[in-house]
Amino acid sequence: MSLAAEAEISQAPLVSLRHIGKTFSNGTVALHDMSLDIQSGEFVSLLGPSGCGKSTVLRIIAGLGHATTGRMTWADGENGPAANAQDHHISFVFQEPTLMPWATVFGNVWLPLRLKGATKAEARDRVMEALAMVGLEAFETAYPRELSGGMKMRVSIARALVTQPRLLLMDEPFAALDEITRFKLNNDLLDLWQRFGFTVIFVTHSVFESVYLSNRIVVMAARPGRVVEDIPVNAPYPRGDEFRTSETYNAFCRTASESLHAAMAGSEDGHG
Amino acid sequence: MADLTTSGPAPNLETASQAVADEKELARAARARRDRIARWVLPVLTMVLTILGWEYLVVANEIPHYILPRPSLVLETLVKDWPILSAALLVTLKITFGALAIAVVGGVGLAILFSMSKWVEMSFYPYAIILQVTPIIVIAPLIFIYVDSKIAGLLICAWIVAFFPILSNTTLGLNSADHNLRNLMELYGASERQTLWHLKLPSALPFFLGGLKIAGGLSLIGAIVAEFVAGTGGVGSGLAFRILEASYRLNIPRMFAAIILISFTGILIFAAMSLLSHLLLRKWHESALKREN
Ligand SMILES: Nc1ncnc2c1ncn2[C@@H]1O[C@H](COP(=O)(O)OP(=O)(O)OP(=O)(O)O)[C@@H](O)[C@H]1O
Ligand SMILES: [Mg+2]
Repeated sequence: MSLAAEAEISQAPLVSLRHIGKTFSNGTVALHDMSLDIQSGEFVSLLGPSGCGKSTVLRIIAGLGHATTGRMTWADGENGPAANAQDHHISFVFQEPTLMPWATVFGNVWLPLRLKGATKAEARDRVMEALAMVGLEAFETAYPRELSGGMKMRVSIARALVTQPRLLLMDEPFAALDEITRFKLNNDLLDLWQRFGFTVIFVTHSVFESVYLSNRIVVMAARPGRVVEDIPVNAPYPRGDEFRTSETYNAFCRTASESLHAAMAGSEDGHG
Repeated sequence: MADLTTSGPAPNLETASQAVADEKELARAARARRDRIARWVLPVLTMVLTILGWEYLVVANEIPHYILPRPSLVLETLVKDWPILSAALLVTLKITFGALAIAVVGGVGLAILFSMSKWVEMSFYPYAIILQVTPIIVIAPLIFIYVDSKIAGLLICAWIVAFFPILSNTTLGLNSADHNLRNLMELYGASERQTLWHLKLPSALPFFLGGLKIAGGLSLIGAIVAEFVAGTGGVGSGLAFRILEASYRLNIPRMFAAIILISFTGILIFAAMSLLSHLLLRKWHESALKREN
Protein backbone atom coordinates (compact mmCIF):
# COMPACT_ATOMS: atom_id res chain seq x y z
CA MET A 1 0.00 0.00 0.00
CA SER A 2 1.25 3.48 -0.79
CA LEU A 3 2.55 5.77 1.90
CA ALA A 4 -0.16 8.31 1.32
CA ALA A 5 -2.77 5.63 1.80
CA GLU A 6 -1.33 4.54 5.11
CA ALA A 7 -1.03 8.09 6.36
CA GLU A 8 -4.54 9.17 5.57
CA ILE A 9 -6.60 6.04 5.82
CA SER A 10 -7.86 6.88 9.26
CA GLN A 11 -9.11 10.31 8.23
CA ALA A 12 -12.44 11.18 6.69
CA PRO A 13 -12.93 9.60 3.27
CA LEU A 14 -11.76 11.61 0.27
CA VAL A 15 -15.21 11.33 -1.16
CA SER A 16 -18.29 9.80 0.31
CA LEU A 17 -21.41 8.85 -1.63
CA ARG A 18 -24.58 8.47 0.40
CA HIS A 19 -27.73 6.90 -1.01
CA ILE A 20 -26.99 8.11 -4.50
CA GLY A 21 -29.75 7.48 -7.04
CA LYS A 22 -29.80 8.37 -10.68
CA THR A 23 -32.80 8.18 -12.95
CA PHE A 24 -32.36 9.33 -16.54
CA SER A 25 -35.01 11.42 -18.25
CA ASN A 26 -36.12 8.39 -20.25
CA GLY A 27 -36.99 6.61 -17.01
CA THR A 28 -33.93 4.33 -16.81
CA VAL A 29 -32.94 3.82 -13.20
CA ALA A 30 -29.16 3.69 -13.57
CA LEU A 31 -28.35 3.79 -9.85
CA HIS A 32 -30.39 3.09 -6.78
CA ASP A 33 -29.39 3.83 -3.21
CA MET A 34 -25.67 3.53 -3.81
CA SER A 35 -23.34 4.32 -0.94
CA LEU A 36 -19.57 4.26 -1.22
CA ASP A 37 -16.66 5.74 0.69
CA ILE A 38 -13.38 6.27 -1.10
CA GLN A 39 -10.36 6.69 1.17
CA SER A 40 -7.50 8.87 0.11
CA GLY A 41 -4.75 6.84 -1.55
CA GLU A 42 -6.90 3.85 -2.33
CA PHE A 43 -6.94 2.01 -5.62
CA VAL A 44 -10.58 1.01 -5.97
CA SER A 45 -11.95 -1.01 -8.86
CA LEU A 46 -15.60 -0.84 -9.80
CA LEU A 47 -16.44 -4.24 -11.23
CA GLY A 48 -19.78 -5.10 -12.72
CA PRO A 49 -21.72 -6.25 -15.76
CA SER A 50 -22.42 -3.92 -18.64
CA GLY A 51 -25.08 -1.37 -17.86
CA CYS A 52 -24.81 -1.54 -14.08
CA GLY A 53 -24.03 2.15 -13.80
CA LYS A 54 -20.24 2.16 -13.41
CA SER A 55 -19.76 5.00 -15.85
CA THR A 56 -22.68 6.84 -14.32
CA VAL A 57 -21.09 6.77 -10.84
CA LEU A 58 -17.79 7.96 -12.23
CA ARG A 59 -19.44 10.81 -14.08
CA ILE A 60 -21.33 11.87 -10.96
CA ILE A 61 -18.10 11.91 -8.94
CA ALA A 62 -16.43 13.93 -11.68
CA GLY A 63 -19.28 16.41 -11.68
CA LEU A 64 -20.19 15.56 -15.27
CA GLY A 65 -23.62 14.30 -14.27
CA HIS A 66 -25.85 15.01 -11.34
CA ALA A 67 -27.32 12.49 -8.96
CA THR A 68 -31.09 12.52 -8.78
CA THR A 69 -31.08 11.71 -5.08
CA GLY A 70 -28.53 11.33 -2.31
CA ARG A 71 -25.48 13.35 -1.42
CA MET A 72 -21.79 13.39 -2.09
CA THR A 73 -19.37 14.76 0.47
CA TRP A 74 -15.72 15.59 -0.02
CA ALA A 75 -12.94 15.48 2.55
CA ASP A 76 -12.64 19.24 2.40
CA GLY A 77 -16.20 19.48 3.62
CA GLU A 78 -17.72 20.50 0.32
CA ASN A 79 -20.88 18.89 -0.84
CA GLY A 80 -21.12 17.74 -4.43
CA PRO A 81 -22.38 17.09 -6.95
CA ALA A 82 -22.61 20.74 -7.97
CA ALA A 83 -19.03 21.38 -6.93
CA ASN A 84 -16.50 22.04 -9.66
CA ALA A 85 -14.31 19.03 -10.48
CA GLN A 86 -11.35 21.39 -10.59
CA ASP A 87 -11.62 22.14 -6.89
CA HIS A 88 -11.19 18.48 -6.05
CA HIS A 89 -8.22 17.98 -8.39
CA ILE A 90 -9.90 15.27 -10.38
CA SER A 91 -8.71 13.86 -13.66
CA PHE A 92 -10.62 11.54 -15.95
CA VAL A 93 -9.36 8.91 -18.37
CA PHE A 94 -11.93 7.63 -20.84
CA GLN A 95 -12.13 4.27 -22.55
CA GLU A 96 -11.02 5.90 -25.79
CA PRO A 97 -7.84 7.97 -25.68
CA THR A 98 -9.99 11.03 -26.52
CA LEU A 99 -7.14 13.05 -27.97
CA MET A 100 -7.48 16.12 -30.15
CA PRO A 101 -6.35 14.86 -33.59
CA TRP A 102 -5.29 18.34 -34.69
CA ALA A 103 -2.86 18.79 -31.81
CA THR A 104 0.49 17.15 -31.24
CA VAL A 105 1.19 14.94 -28.25
CA PHE A 106 2.60 17.98 -26.49
CA GLY A 107 -0.45 20.05 -27.37
CA ASN A 108 -2.78 17.40 -26.02
CA VAL A 109 -1.01 17.11 -22.68
CA TRP A 110 -0.67 20.88 -22.47
CA LEU A 111 -4.44 21.38 -22.79
CA PRO A 112 -5.48 21.20 -19.10
CA LEU A 113 -2.75 23.65 -18.12
CA ARG A 114 -3.45 25.86 -21.10
CA LEU A 115 -7.07 26.17 -20.07
CA LYS A 116 -5.84 27.56 -16.77
CA GLY A 117 -3.77 30.14 -18.62
CA ALA A 118 -0.32 28.52 -18.76
CA THR A 119 1.66 29.49 -21.84
CA LYS A 120 3.63 26.92 -23.76
CA ALA A 121 6.87 27.97 -22.07
CA GLU A 122 5.32 27.94 -18.60
CA ALA A 123 3.74 24.54 -19.14
CA ARG A 124 6.76 22.98 -20.82
CA ASP A 125 8.43 21.47 -17.74
CA ARG A 126 5.29 19.92 -16.38
CA VAL A 127 4.17 18.60 -19.74
CA MET A 128 7.54 16.98 -20.38
CA GLU A 129 7.53 15.56 -16.88
CA ALA A 130 4.11 14.00 -17.48
CA LEU A 131 5.26 12.63 -20.82
CA ALA A 132 8.33 11.18 -19.14
CA MET A 133 6.10 9.41 -16.61
CA VAL A 134 4.47 7.47 -19.43
CA GLY A 135 7.70 7.12 -21.41
CA LEU A 136 6.76 9.30 -24.36
CA GLU A 137 9.15 12.27 -24.12
CA ALA A 138 10.47 11.41 -27.56
CA PHE A 139 7.05 11.79 -29.14
CA GLU A 140 6.13 15.32 -28.13
CA THR A 141 5.84 16.53 -31.72
CA ALA A 142 4.00 13.48 -33.06
CA TYR A 143 0.33 13.63 -33.97
CA PRO A 144 -2.09 11.11 -32.41
CA ARG A 145 -2.56 9.32 -35.74
CA GLU A 146 1.13 8.47 -35.73
CA LEU A 147 0.81 6.57 -32.45
CA SER A 148 -0.31 3.04 -31.65
CA GLY A 149 -3.39 2.45 -29.53
CA GLY A 150 -1.31 1.86 -26.41
CA MET A 151 0.73 5.00 -26.98
CA LYS A 152 -2.42 7.05 -27.42
CA MET A 153 -3.67 5.72 -24.10
CA ARG A 154 -0.38 6.74 -22.50
CA VAL A 155 -0.82 10.26 -23.83
CA SER A 156 -4.30 10.27 -22.34
CA ILE A 157 -2.85 9.21 -18.98
CA ALA A 158 -0.13 11.84 -19.21
CA ARG A 159 -2.79 14.46 -19.84
CA ALA A 160 -4.66 13.26 -16.76
CA LEU A 161 -1.51 13.35 -14.61
CA VAL A 162 -0.20 16.71 -15.76
CA THR A 163 -2.56 18.52 -13.39
CA GLN A 164 -1.23 16.45 -10.47
CA PRO A 165 -4.68 15.15 -9.55
CA ARG A 166 -5.61 13.82 -6.14
CA LEU A 167 -8.26 11.60 -7.65
CA LEU A 168 -7.87 9.77 -10.94
CA LEU A 169 -11.06 8.42 -12.45
CA MET A 170 -10.58 5.80 -15.13
CA ASP A 171 -13.44 4.37 -17.15
CA GLU A 172 -12.28 1.08 -18.67
CA PRO A 173 -9.13 2.79 -19.89
CA PHE A 174 -7.45 -0.35 -21.23
CA ALA A 175 -10.48 -2.28 -22.48
CA ALA A 176 -9.69 -1.65 -26.14
CA LEU A 177 -6.04 -2.73 -25.90
CA ASP A 178 -4.40 -6.06 -26.52
CA GLU A 179 -3.37 -8.12 -23.50
CA ILE A 180 0.36 -7.49 -23.72
CA THR A 181 -0.10 -3.74 -23.89
CA ARG A 182 -2.70 -3.92 -21.13
CA PHE A 183 -0.33 -5.76 -18.78
CA LYS A 184 2.37 -3.22 -19.48
CA LEU A 185 0.08 -0.28 -18.83
CA ASN A 186 -1.29 -1.97 -15.69
CA ASN A 187 2.23 -2.14 -14.30
CA ASP A 188 3.01 1.43 -15.31
CA LEU A 189 -0.18 2.67 -13.70
CA LEU A 190 0.58 0.85 -10.44
CA ASP A 191 4.06 2.27 -10.51
CA LEU A 192 2.79 5.82 -10.91
CA TRP A 193 0.17 5.29 -8.24
CA GLN A 194 2.79 4.09 -5.77
CA ARG A 195 5.14 6.94 -6.57
CA PHE A 196 2.62 9.75 -6.39
CA GLY A 197 0.05 8.44 -3.96
CA PHE A 198 -3.05 9.70 -5.73
CA THR A 199 -6.38 7.95 -5.39
CA VAL A 200 -7.71 5.85 -8.25
CA ILE A 201 -11.23 4.74 -9.06
CA PHE A 202 -10.91 2.26 -11.89
CA VAL A 203 -13.87 0.91 -13.80
CA THR A 204 -13.38 -2.46 -15.45
CA HIS A 205 -15.17 -5.51 -16.81
CA SER A 206 -12.23 -7.72 -16.06
CA VAL A 207 -12.03 -9.66 -12.82
CA PHE A 208 -8.33 -10.32 -13.39
CA GLU A 209 -7.50 -6.71 -14.01
CA SER A 210 -9.38 -5.56 -10.94
CA VAL A 211 -7.63 -8.09 -8.70
CA TYR A 212 -4.22 -7.33 -10.11
CA LEU A 213 -4.51 -3.58 -9.73
CA SER A 214 -6.63 -2.66 -6.77
CA ASN A 215 -6.56 -2.92 -3.03
CA ARG A 216 -10.32 -2.92 -3.00
CA ILE A 217 -12.93 -4.21 -5.44
CA VAL A 218 -16.46 -2.86 -5.38
CA VAL A 219 -18.76 -5.29 -7.16
CA MET A 220 -21.91 -3.80 -8.64
CA ALA A 221 -25.12 -5.30 -9.97
CA ALA A 222 -27.45 -3.97 -12.62
CA ARG A 223 -31.11 -2.96 -12.83
CA PRO A 224 -30.96 -0.99 -10.71
CA GLY A 225 -27.24 -0.27 -10.35
CA ARG A 226 -26.06 -0.83 -6.79
CA VAL A 227 -23.12 -2.09 -4.72
CA VAL A 228 -23.41 -5.77 -3.86
CA GLU A 229 -20.02 -6.51 -2.39
CA ASP A 230 -16.93 -4.73 -1.22
CA ILE A 231 -13.87 -7.00 -1.42
CA PRO A 232 -10.57 -5.89 0.11
CA VAL A 233 -7.57 -7.24 -1.82
CA ASN A 234 -4.95 -7.58 0.86
CA ALA A 235 -1.93 -8.37 -1.23
CA PRO A 236 1.27 -6.37 -1.02
CA TYR A 237 2.56 -4.00 -3.66
CA PRO A 238 4.57 -3.88 -5.82
CA ARG A 239 2.79 -6.61 -7.69
CA GLY A 240 4.43 -8.21 -10.64
CA ASP A 241 4.26 -11.29 -12.82
CA GLU A 242 4.79 -13.52 -9.75
CA PHE A 243 1.59 -12.12 -8.31
CA ARG A 244 -0.32 -12.99 -11.48
CA THR A 245 0.60 -16.64 -11.03
CA SER A 246 0.33 -16.78 -7.24
CA GLU A 247 -2.22 -18.71 -5.22
CA THR A 248 -3.39 -15.51 -3.48
CA TYR A 249 -4.15 -13.95 -6.85
CA ASN A 250 -6.17 -16.98 -7.91
CA ALA A 251 -8.08 -16.98 -4.66
CA PHE A 252 -9.02 -13.32 -5.04
CA CYS A 253 -10.01 -13.88 -8.65
CA ARG A 254 -12.28 -16.71 -7.57
CA THR A 255 -13.88 -14.59 -4.85
CA ALA A 256 -14.45 -11.62 -7.17
CA SER A 257 -15.68 -13.87 -9.93
CA GLU A 258 -18.20 -15.62 -7.70
CA SER A 259 -19.41 -12.32 -6.38
CA LEU A 260 -19.82 -11.00 -9.91
CA HIS A 261 -21.77 -14.06 -11.00
CA ALA A 262 -23.98 -13.85 -7.97
CA ALA A 263 -24.63 -10.20 -8.76
CA MET A 264 -25.54 -11.03 -12.34
CA ALA A 265 -27.75 -13.94 -11.36
CA GLY A 266 -29.47 -11.74 -8.79
CA SER A 267 -30.31 -9.15 -11.38
CA GLU A 268 -31.69 -11.75 -13.76
CA ASP A 269 -33.82 -13.43 -11.09
CA GLY A 270 -35.22 -10.14 -9.97
CA HIS A 271 -36.21 -8.83 -13.36
CA GLY A 272 -37.03 -11.73 -15.63
CA MET B 1 10.82 -16.85 -34.57
CA ALA B 2 13.49 -19.38 -33.69
CA ASP B 3 11.38 -22.52 -34.12
CA LEU B 4 10.08 -21.22 -37.44
CA THR B 5 13.56 -21.34 -39.01
CA THR B 6 14.40 -24.75 -37.57
CA SER B 7 11.21 -26.46 -38.70
CA GLY B 8 12.05 -27.91 -42.11
CA PRO B 9 10.02 -26.57 -45.03
CA ALA B 10 8.71 -23.44 -43.37
CA PRO B 11 11.39 -21.07 -44.71
CA ASN B 12 10.92 -22.29 -48.29
CA LEU B 13 7.21 -21.87 -48.05
CA GLU B 14 7.76 -18.45 -46.68
CA THR B 15 10.06 -17.43 -49.55
CA ALA B 16 7.60 -18.80 -52.04
CA SER B 17 4.70 -16.90 -50.59
CA GLN B 18 6.96 -13.87 -50.30
CA ALA B 19 7.65 -14.04 -54.03
CA VAL B 20 3.97 -14.31 -54.84
CA ALA B 21 3.22 -11.40 -52.58
CA ASP B 22 5.96 -9.37 -54.24
CA GLU B 23 4.57 -10.14 -57.66
CA LYS B 24 1.12 -9.09 -56.57
CA GLU B 25 2.53 -6.01 -54.95
CA LEU B 26 4.38 -5.09 -58.14
CA ALA B 27 1.29 -5.62 -60.25
CA ARG B 28 -0.68 -3.44 -57.90
CA ALA B 29 1.95 -0.69 -58.05
CA ALA B 30 2.00 -0.85 -61.84
CA ARG B 31 -1.78 -0.59 -61.94
CA ALA B 32 -1.70 2.38 -59.59
CA ARG B 33 0.89 4.10 -61.77
CA ARG B 34 -1.17 3.46 -64.88
CA ASP B 35 -4.25 4.88 -63.17
CA ARG B 36 -2.38 7.97 -62.08
CA ILE B 37 -1.22 8.71 -65.61
CA ALA B 38 -4.60 7.90 -67.15
CA ARG B 39 -6.30 10.30 -64.76
CA TRP B 40 -4.50 13.18 -66.50
CA VAL B 41 -4.01 11.88 -69.98
CA LEU B 42 -7.54 10.68 -70.66
CA PRO B 43 -9.41 13.94 -70.03
CA VAL B 44 -6.81 15.93 -71.96
CA LEU B 45 -7.02 13.49 -74.83
CA THR B 46 -10.82 13.67 -74.82
CA MET B 47 -10.67 17.44 -74.91
CA VAL B 48 -8.12 17.58 -77.72
CA LEU B 49 -10.16 15.11 -79.78
CA THR B 50 -13.37 17.05 -79.16
CA ILE B 51 -11.74 20.32 -80.19
CA LEU B 52 -10.23 18.79 -83.32
CA GLY B 53 -13.57 17.19 -84.22
CA TRP B 54 -15.34 20.47 -83.64
CA GLU B 55 -12.84 22.34 -85.81
CA TYR B 56 -13.20 19.77 -88.57
CA LEU B 57 -17.01 19.82 -88.38
CA VAL B 58 -17.16 23.61 -88.69
CA VAL B 59 -14.64 23.82 -91.52
CA ALA B 60 -15.99 20.85 -93.48
CA ASN B 61 -19.64 21.98 -93.26
CA GLU B 62 -18.80 25.65 -93.70
CA ILE B 63 -20.85 26.60 -90.64
CA PRO B 64 -20.90 30.41 -90.35
CA HIS B 65 -19.09 31.79 -87.30
CA TYR B 66 -22.20 33.59 -85.98
CA ILE B 67 -23.76 30.18 -85.50
CA LEU B 68 -20.84 28.07 -84.36
CA PRO B 69 -17.30 29.48 -84.41
CA ARG B 70 -14.36 27.14 -84.84
CA PRO B 71 -12.19 26.68 -81.77
CA SER B 72 -9.22 28.40 -83.38
CA LEU B 73 -11.38 31.49 -83.98
CA VAL B 74 -12.46 31.45 -80.33
CA LEU B 75 -8.81 31.37 -79.34
CA GLU B 76 -8.02 34.25 -81.69
CA THR B 77 -10.90 36.23 -80.20
CA LEU B 78 -9.68 35.50 -76.70
CA VAL B 79 -6.33 37.02 -77.60
CA LYS B 80 -7.72 39.89 -79.68
CA ASP B 81 -10.39 40.88 -77.12
CA TRP B 82 -8.15 40.30 -74.12
CA PRO B 83 -8.17 43.97 -73.04
CA ILE B 84 -11.98 44.02 -72.84
CA LEU B 85 -12.31 40.49 -71.47
CA SER B 86 -9.59 40.78 -68.85
CA ALA B 87 -11.08 44.01 -67.53
CA ALA B 88 -14.45 42.27 -67.29
CA LEU B 89 -12.86 39.24 -65.64
CA LEU B 90 -11.30 41.47 -63.03
CA VAL B 91 -14.67 42.96 -62.17
CA THR B 92 -16.25 39.52 -61.87
CA LEU B 93 -13.37 38.29 -59.76
CA LYS B 94 -13.71 41.24 -57.40
CA ILE B 95 -17.39 40.53 -56.90
CA THR B 96 -16.76 36.81 -56.52
CA PHE B 97 -14.04 37.10 -53.90
CA GLY B 98 -15.73 40.00 -52.15
CA ALA B 99 -18.87 37.91 -51.80
CA LEU B 100 -16.91 34.85 -50.75
CA ALA B 101 -15.11 36.83 -48.06
CA ILE B 102 -18.37 38.17 -46.66
CA ALA B 103 -19.89 34.69 -46.91
CA VAL B 104 -17.03 33.26 -44.87
CA VAL B 105 -17.22 35.94 -42.21
CA GLY B 106 -21.02 35.93 -42.14
CA GLY B 107 -21.40 32.15 -42.41
CA VAL B 108 -18.86 31.31 -39.73
CA GLY B 109 -20.02 34.17 -37.51
CA LEU B 110 -23.63 33.08 -37.71
CA ALA B 111 -22.66 29.43 -37.17
CA ILE B 112 -20.80 30.37 -33.99
CA LEU B 113 -23.75 32.43 -32.83
CA PHE B 114 -26.08 29.51 -33.56
CA SER B 115 -23.87 27.08 -31.67
CA MET B 116 -23.81 29.36 -28.63
CA SER B 117 -27.50 30.15 -28.50
CA LYS B 118 -30.29 27.77 -29.39
CA TRP B 119 -32.71 30.71 -29.36
CA VAL B 120 -30.79 32.57 -32.03
CA GLU B 121 -30.55 29.40 -34.10
CA MET B 122 -34.29 28.74 -33.81
CA SER B 123 -35.06 32.33 -34.74
CA PHE B 124 -32.84 32.67 -37.78
CA TYR B 125 -32.03 29.27 -39.25
CA PRO B 126 -35.37 28.98 -41.09
CA TYR B 127 -34.67 32.29 -42.83
CA ALA B 128 -31.24 31.12 -43.89
CA ILE B 129 -32.96 28.13 -45.48
CA ILE B 130 -35.56 30.33 -47.18
CA LEU B 131 -32.78 32.48 -48.63
CA GLN B 132 -31.05 29.35 -49.84
CA VAL B 133 -34.03 27.66 -51.52
CA THR B 134 -35.42 30.76 -53.22
CA PRO B 135 -33.67 31.03 -56.61
CA ILE B 136 -31.36 34.01 -56.67
CA ILE B 137 -32.58 34.91 -60.15
CA VAL B 138 -35.96 35.95 -58.74
CA ILE B 139 -34.57 37.83 -55.73
CA ALA B 140 -31.91 39.70 -57.66
CA PRO B 141 -34.26 42.14 -59.48
CA LEU B 142 -35.72 43.17 -56.12
CA ILE B 143 -32.30 43.74 -54.69
CA PHE B 144 -31.35 45.99 -57.56
CA ILE B 145 -34.52 48.00 -56.98
CA TYR B 146 -33.70 48.61 -53.31
CA VAL B 147 -29.94 48.92 -53.48
CA ASP B 148 -28.58 51.92 -55.34
CA SER B 149 -25.00 50.84 -55.77
CA LYS B 150 -24.67 48.22 -58.47
CA ILE B 151 -21.54 46.77 -56.89
CA ALA B 152 -23.31 46.43 -53.54
CA GLY B 153 -26.25 44.73 -55.24
CA LEU B 154 -23.97 42.26 -57.00
CA LEU B 155 -22.15 41.53 -53.77
CA ILE B 156 -25.41 40.87 -51.92
CA CYS B 157 -26.64 38.49 -54.60
CA ALA B 158 -23.40 36.52 -54.74
CA TRP B 159 -23.27 36.45 -50.96
CA ILE B 160 -26.79 35.04 -50.63
CA VAL B 161 -25.85 32.16 -52.90
CA ALA B 162 -22.48 31.47 -51.30
CA PHE B 163 -23.06 31.79 -47.60
CA PHE B 164 -25.44 28.93 -46.94
CA PRO B 165 -23.03 26.02 -47.50
CA ILE B 166 -20.57 27.71 -45.18
CA LEU B 167 -23.21 28.35 -42.54
CA SER B 168 -24.71 24.88 -42.63
CA ASN B 169 -21.39 23.03 -42.82
CA THR B 170 -19.78 25.07 -40.06
CA THR B 171 -22.84 24.63 -37.85
CA LEU B 172 -22.66 20.89 -38.38
CA GLY B 173 -18.92 20.95 -37.64
CA LEU B 174 -19.26 22.96 -34.45
CA ASN B 175 -21.88 20.54 -33.19
CA SER B 176 -19.93 17.43 -34.06
CA ALA B 177 -17.07 17.92 -31.59
CA ASP B 178 -16.31 14.66 -29.81
CA HIS B 179 -18.52 14.41 -26.73
CA ASN B 180 -15.78 12.94 -24.55
CA LEU B 181 -13.58 15.91 -25.41
CA ARG B 182 -16.49 18.17 -24.48
CA ASN B 183 -16.72 16.38 -21.14
CA LEU B 184 -13.02 16.87 -20.71
CA MET B 185 -13.37 20.60 -21.33
CA GLU B 186 -16.16 20.73 -18.77
CA LEU B 187 -14.06 18.76 -16.30
CA TYR B 188 -11.15 21.15 -16.67
CA GLY B 189 -13.45 24.10 -16.15
CA ALA B 190 -13.06 25.55 -19.65
CA SER B 191 -15.06 28.68 -20.37
CA GLU B 192 -17.40 28.75 -23.32
CA ARG B 193 -14.89 30.82 -25.26
CA GLN B 194 -12.10 28.35 -24.51
CA THR B 195 -14.26 25.42 -25.56
CA LEU B 196 -15.04 27.22 -28.80
CA TRP B 197 -11.42 28.05 -29.51
CA HIS B 198 -9.71 24.84 -28.42
CA LEU B 199 -12.35 22.29 -29.34
CA LYS B 200 -15.27 23.40 -31.47
CA LEU B 201 -13.48 25.50 -34.07
CA PRO B 202 -10.78 22.89 -34.81
CA SER B 203 -13.47 20.20 -35.02
CA ALA B 204 -15.42 22.36 -37.44
CA LEU B 205 -12.45 23.14 -39.68
CA PRO B 206 -12.80 20.17 -42.07
CA PHE B 207 -16.55 20.80 -42.38
CA PHE B 208 -15.96 24.51 -42.97
CA LEU B 209 -13.41 23.78 -45.67
CA GLY B 210 -15.88 21.45 -47.38
CA GLY B 211 -18.39 24.28 -47.35
CA LEU B 212 -15.79 26.70 -48.65
CA LYS B 213 -15.13 24.49 -51.67
CA ILE B 214 -18.81 24.63 -52.59
CA ALA B 215 -19.15 28.30 -51.73
CA GLY B 216 -16.20 29.29 -53.93
CA GLY B 217 -17.92 27.96 -57.03
CA LEU B 218 -21.30 29.29 -55.92
CA SER B 219 -20.05 32.82 -55.37
CA LEU B 220 -18.81 32.88 -58.96
CA ILE B 221 -22.19 31.63 -60.15
CA GLY B 222 -23.93 34.17 -57.91
CA ALA B 223 -21.83 37.00 -59.27
CA ILE B 224 -22.52 35.98 -62.89
CA VAL B 225 -26.26 35.52 -62.36
CA ALA B 226 -26.53 38.86 -60.60
CA GLU B 227 -24.69 40.59 -63.44
CA PHE B 228 -27.11 39.07 -65.91
CA VAL B 229 -30.00 40.50 -63.94
CA ALA B 230 -28.34 43.85 -63.40
CA GLY B 231 -27.92 44.06 -67.15
CA THR B 232 -27.04 47.61 -68.17
CA GLY B 233 -23.33 47.94 -68.34
CA GLY B 234 -20.97 50.78 -69.12
CA VAL B 235 -17.76 51.10 -67.24
CA GLY B 236 -16.98 48.47 -64.68
CA SER B 237 -19.05 45.66 -66.17
CA GLY B 238 -18.16 42.04 -65.67
CA LEU B 239 -17.98 38.95 -67.82
CA ALA B 240 -21.70 38.24 -67.76
CA PHE B 241 -22.42 41.67 -69.17
CA ARG B 242 -19.87 41.09 -71.92
CA ILE B 243 -21.59 37.82 -72.79
CA LEU B 244 -24.99 39.51 -72.97
CA GLU B 245 -23.56 42.32 -75.07
CA ALA B 246 -21.84 39.88 -77.41
CA SER B 247 -25.04 37.88 -77.82
CA TYR B 248 -26.98 41.01 -78.84
CA ARG B 249 -24.33 41.69 -81.46
CA LEU B 250 -24.18 38.06 -82.56
CA ASN B 251 -20.50 38.08 -81.63
CA ILE B 252 -20.59 34.37 -80.90
CA PRO B 253 -16.81 33.83 -80.77
CA ARG B 254 -16.52 36.38 -77.99
CA MET B 255 -19.34 34.66 -76.10
CA PHE B 256 -17.40 31.42 -76.26
CA ALA B 257 -14.21 33.15 -75.19
CA ALA B 258 -15.94 34.70 -72.17
CA ILE B 259 -17.56 31.38 -71.22
CA ILE B 260 -14.17 29.68 -71.36
CA LEU B 261 -12.77 32.36 -69.06
CA ILE B 262 -15.59 31.80 -66.56
CA SER B 263 -15.05 28.03 -66.59
CA PHE B 264 -11.33 28.44 -66.04
CA THR B 265 -11.95 30.82 -63.19
CA GLY B 266 -14.31 28.32 -61.60
CA ILE B 267 -11.77 25.53 -61.95
CA LEU B 268 -9.01 27.71 -60.49
CA ILE B 269 -11.17 28.68 -57.52
CA PHE B 270 -11.99 25.05 -56.86
CA ALA B 271 -8.33 24.05 -57.15
CA ALA B 272 -7.29 26.86 -54.82
CA MET B 273 -9.85 25.85 -52.19
CA SER B 274 -8.83 22.21 -52.47
CA LEU B 275 -5.21 23.19 -51.99
CA LEU B 276 -6.03 25.36 -48.99
CA SER B 277 -8.04 22.52 -47.51
CA HIS B 278 -5.22 20.08 -48.08
CA LEU B 279 -2.63 22.38 -46.51
CA LEU B 280 -4.71 22.97 -43.40
CA LEU B 281 -5.71 19.35 -42.86
CA ARG B 282 -2.81 17.28 -44.13
CA LYS B 283 -1.27 16.85 -40.68
CA TRP B 284 -4.26 15.32 -38.99
CA HIS B 285 -7.49 14.84 -40.86
CA GLU B 286 -8.47 11.53 -42.46
CA SER B 287 -9.55 13.22 -45.68
CA ALA B 288 -6.08 14.66 -46.29
CA LEU B 289 -3.88 11.84 -45.00
CA LYS B 290 -1.69 9.69 -47.17
CA ARG B 291 -2.15 6.23 -45.68
CA GLU B 292 0.70 3.84 -45.93
CA ASN B 293 -1.56 0.82 -45.67
N1 LIG C 1 -27.68 9.45 -21.13
C1 LIG C 1 -28.42 8.38 -20.80
N2 LIG C 1 -29.75 8.40 -20.97
C2 LIG C 1 -30.49 7.33 -20.62
N3 LIG C 1 -30.02 6.22 -20.07
C3 LIG C 1 -28.71 6.13 -19.87
C4 LIG C 1 -27.82 7.21 -20.22
N4 LIG C 1 -26.56 6.85 -19.90
C5 LIG C 1 -26.65 5.62 -19.39
N5 LIG C 1 -27.93 5.18 -19.36
C6 LIG C 1 -28.41 3.90 -18.83
O1 LIG C 1 -27.96 3.79 -17.51
C7 LIG C 1 -27.53 2.48 -17.24
C8 LIG C 1 -26.11 2.51 -16.72
O2 LIG C 1 -25.27 3.00 -17.72
P1 LIG C 1 -23.70 3.09 -17.55
O3 LIG C 1 -23.17 3.68 -18.79
O4 LIG C 1 -23.37 3.78 -16.29
O5 LIG C 1 -23.31 1.56 -17.46
P2 LIG C 1 -21.86 0.91 -17.34
O6 LIG C 1 -21.86 0.11 -16.11
O7 LIG C 1 -20.83 1.93 -17.49
O8 LIG C 1 -21.88 -0.06 -18.58
P3 LIG C 1 -20.66 -0.47 -19.53
O9 LIG C 1 -19.84 -1.42 -18.75
O10 LIG C 1 -21.33 -1.13 -20.69
O11 LIG C 1 -19.94 0.77 -19.89
C9 LIG C 1 -27.68 1.69 -18.51
O12 LIG C 1 -28.86 0.93 -18.42
C10 LIG C 1 -27.83 2.73 -19.58
O13 LIG C 1 -28.70 2.29 -20.57
MG1 LIG D 1 -19.37 2.40 -19.00
